[in-house]
Amino acid sequence: MMTTKWMLGAGLAALVLSPAAVAEPSYDEVQQIIKRDFHAKGQAKMSRLDQDVVQRVCTQSHDKPPADLAKAIEADQLAAIPVPSGSLMGNWKEGAKTAWSGRGMQWNENPKKPSGGGCYNCHEISAQRTSFGTIGPSLKAFGKKRGSGLDAQRYVYTKIYNAKAYTLCSNMPRFGTTGTLTEQQIKDLVAYVLSPESPNNK
Amino acid sequence: MRASGTRTLLLAAFAFAAAPAAAQTSQFEKYQKMVGEDSPAELFVLVGADLWRKKQGPKKASLEKCDLGKGPGVVKGAYAALPRYFKDSNQVMDAESRILYCMETLQGRSRKDALKRPFGNADKPSEMEYLDAFVASQSDGYKMTPGMSHPQEKRAYELGKALFFARTGLYDFSCASCHGEAGKRIRMSDLPVLSEPGPARAAMSTWPAYRVSNSQMKTMQWRINNCYRQMRTPEPDWGSEVVNSMITYLTVNAKGATYAGPGTKR
Repeated sequence: MMTTKWMLGAGLAALVLSPAAVAEPSYDEVQQIIKRDFHAKGQAKMSRLDQDVVQRVCTQSHDKPPADLAKAIEADQLAAIPVPSGSLMGNWKEGAKTAWSGRGMQWNENPKKPSGGGCYNCHEISAQRTSFGTIGPSLKAFGKKRGSGLDAQRYVYTKIYNAKAYTLCSNMPRFGTTGTLTEQQIKDLVAYVLSPESPNNK
Repeated sequence: MRASGTRTLLLAAFAFAAAPAAAQTSQFEKYQKMVGEDSPAELFVLVGADLWRKKQGPKKASLEKCDLGKGPGVVKGAYAALPRYFKDSNQVMDAESRILYCMETLQGRSRKDALKRPFGNADKPSEMEYLDAFVASQSDGYKMTPGMSHPQEKRAYELGKALFFARTGLYDFSCASCHGEAGKRIRMSDLPVLSEPGPARAAMSTWPAYRVSNSQMKTMQWRINNCYRQMRTPEPDWGSEVVNSMITYLTVNAKGATYAGPGTKR
């Protein structure tokens, strides 16, 4: 079966490519090959391979989208975030658990258990912890620097919900849009990042 | 593996746990050097050599006549010259795909049977992990010369490159999200920029590898599979054009390196 799938792909390529030169495969061809060569497993369904406008533009531009286009899509992404009214400051202790858990949404994991945000994979966060990544900026003392008022809360909430609303080709996943984290989990993370009581600001 | 090897490993593991976080990278490099010559990988090589010679399958044949690209029966230097295009299968194949091909053609085993368990675990490694470790060990010291001239080899490289930058999965990651910028870390692990020759050489010349964190021998097919798992995609088909093209792209980036596997990794 695999061979048939493969031959179909090769045939397709032969149609697209001229016989002499080996050109880069087209965007459409790559997407077709990806869909052919993966299979659904556990909670990871095939629909996860359908590129939305963000993934498509970032793929096609190697993460350097034209500024006007980026601005327009970022605005759409921001407008689509359902921001709860009132305070977004949750419980920093719960937020700490979410920030320091990297589990969730993988094909080998139980979808009934809550996901983590895996924040520490990429960000320095909280002075008490020393194992953190550097793909994203340090968030240490973020609340001290930026305050913990409603504007700061809304910024952190929407940034975690959908980082692409601010930087189209950011490396950060869209934790709210994808349903990885719940509204409450994101509020708890807001508190972990911003609250004066949080060890992140001590 | 000698008993002293295990002891060194345990001592290193303790030293490791006690070390301050910032120093862990260099600690691991020291440790890597220390166990490099006396790694559990050796055990996999020995078992793999036995499996290579073992008569199996409906044809009751061994894999000794397998053509890994240097002619039937030649294992020396073969791993370092893969992936490459094979006329008989009309595909670009990496070492594991080619080993599977030999299981099918020489031993008469079905693809399904031979692929029942491509990835093992700490308690029970897979047949492929042993065989891949053995085949790889026979290229120790050889220059890495993956196929780059056949149109299908060029196509595999270009497809792998496109895949490297393709955003996909629930988290919008591409390979470049983590492996695209120098000097970055995920948790405490340094992330090699695999589109660049230097880091690609260091990484690709030491796969397959015994991974201390899993206590297992891990192969390139597993490495790509596991990256996609963490990218929250569905699972890539084992030995598919996607996986083999990724391996081709990464290996071509590493060309010219002196192969030194199977290695030992974090």
